[in-house]
Amino acid sequence: MHKPGMISIWFFIGLLLLAYGVIITAAGVHDLLVPPEHALVLANLHAGIWWGGFLFLVGLFYSIYFRPSRTK
Amino acid sequence: MHATTRLLSLSSIDLLIVALYFAVVLGIGFYLKRFTKTGEDFFLAGRDMTAWIAGLSFLAANLGSLELMGWAGSAYQYGILATHWYWIGAIPAMLFLGIIMMPFYYISKTHSVPGYLKLRYSEPARALSAISFGFMTVLMSGINMFAMAKVMQVVLGWDIGFSIWVSSLTVALYVTLGGLLSAIFNEVLQCILIWAGALLIPILGLIEAGGWNGMVNKIQQRLHDPTYTHLWSTLGSFSDNPMGIHWTGIVFGLAWVISFGYWTTDFLVVQRVLAARDLRSARMAPIIASVFKMAVPIIVILPGLLGLAVLPMKLVPESSAAAAAGAPSYNAVLPLMLARYCGPGLLGLGITALIAGFMSGMAGNVTAFSTVWTYDIYRPMFRKQAPDAHYVAMGRWCTIIGVMISIGTAYLVMQFASIMDYVQALFSFFIAPLFGTVILGMMWKRATSAGGFWGLLAGTLGSVGMYAWVKIDPTALRYVALSPHAKALAEDMYRALWSWILCVVVTVVVSYMTKPKPLAELSGLVYGVTPLPSEEALPLWKRPIFWAVIVAIVFVIVNIIFW
Repeated sequence: MHKPGMISIWFFIGLLLLAYGVIITAAGVHDLLVPPEHALVLANLHAGIWWGGFLFLVGLFYSIYFRPSRTK
Repeated sequence: MHATTRLLSLSSIDLLIVALYFAVVLGIGFYLKRFTKTGEDFFLAGRDMTAWIAGLSFLAANLGSLELMGWAGSAYQYGILATHWYWIGAIPAMLFLGIIMMPFYYISKTHSVPGYLKLRYSEPARALSAISFGFMTVLMSGINMFAMAKVMQVVLGWDIGFSIWVSSLTVALYVTLGGLLSAIFNEVLQCILIWAGALLIPILGLIEAGGWNGMVNKIQQRLHDPTYTHLWSTLGSFSDNPMGIHWTGIVFGLAWVISFGYWTTDFLVVQRVLAARDLRSARMAPIIASVFKMAVPIIVILPGLLGLAVLPMKLVPESSAAAAAGAPSYNAVLPLMLARYCGPGLLGLGITALIAGFMSGMAGNVTAFSTVWTYDIYRPMFRKQAPDAHYVAMGRWCTIIGVMISIGTAYLVMQFASIMDYVQALFSFFIAPLFGTVILGMMWKRATSAGGFWGLLAGTLGSVGMYAWVKIDPTALRYVALSPHAKALAEDMYRALWSWILCVVVTVVVSYMTKPKPLAELSGLVYGVTPLPSEEALPLWKRPIFWAVIVAIVFVIVNIIFW
């Protein structure tokens, strides 16, 4: 779906996932270094770090692959 | 109106994630305004969508406010039986839409389902369908809006008015700016976010429960009831399963009438497919969506089952006295699972997924309403000849007005909560008979204009009549739902089935009594008189039928696995 000059929706999705990946990974690392007072169930798995990292990688791929200079 | 207790507390990081989401969806709306100039752009997104975009949007528009939480709650209440609404209650109908029905919608170049009825039958059939659809859409939108705000109040302690106004005005703004194009763009984004936010719960839940077998064992130990984890084997009798339903209700009521009615004639979802850029994309879109639909139980049903297995507390029915006193209800199972596993950041992402589900569903309602109002009610009834720009402006105003009516409905429900009980039946009133009218119109050349109109009217009135009959005399349930033990869901299903049969019978009888349309007028509208483009030149793997067969095989296998 590309009207002339239109940025791909996948680029917007990539940017948002990239930002979410950074924020969630950072929050996960913070929890690793400074454990919260009330630990969550399965806190030892540090889901924030790997799920944030996964979102970051997906977001990075989409941001680059669907960048405006390539798809416009 | 503030809640005194809440299930979750959001940190500043979570709020940042939610705020980023709102900023992006609004930004997309403002960005796309420049590409939305004509009626074709505003109401049909320029008919330029790829199969993937149309397919994901088709799926996301169905993920209404309570889709995630409501069906997770149903899974907690009824067990794996809730999966029927995602598998047999969706997949066959989606494949049927893609393979059989889509060519007629697409080749006729209609802009809406009521528009198809005008082409196939007559103006009265279109008017009846458009008015009932418009009424149902804004009412459902308002109900869902209230339900979502109520959940946000219980889960996060947010003020109900705040949730209603912020989320609905955001939807109104981006849809007004970019029309269906903006709605579809954001629905794809929302679809991805729903998965990103919700997928972690079943992953961590299965780890905690010890895998699928561990979860099943835990459920059986806690409930001493083996029926919660079987899809078909308990449906031989109304009283043998937690839902109080018989397999005939699932197969004929849900899978045939309700599911086919919704997925093939509800303009809320069909509009997304009509926006595809060519016939092949339009046929592939529902097939692609069906793959994701088949996977949705992973993020909806599985968390409900995992809640049964691992949550330390027992959840209660929404309408119970315990729920009124503050005990968490079935619908809270997903937020409770979120709170169990997700810390700052992940919690915000999970809440964003819930909000995205609501907004995608609402945008679906609003865009469908503005299209049906503008093209099927306003243009034929009030202003037949006007410049394209006039109808675009009407669509924009209608978007705002539709949202305002929905907000009004939400406040009405706040005052009269019993309205919630009545709207559940709306679907069987309007969509089930509509499916009879559309399917006969597409498949049967002999169906006449009068037959289509009177069949639709009889089906709708018959459904309302059956509903009223059971309300006035509860013992009538044994006739309408075939059993005095049938629960509300089962009653809805059988009522839909009878109203569909009534519509079909009346359409056939009246059609044989009236003069049919000449065949030349049915070209492009009816099977047998419409030349369909050949796909023989395409390699096998590019043909919609190939992928539909693959999906159908997987569908049969998963049903057998969870039998």
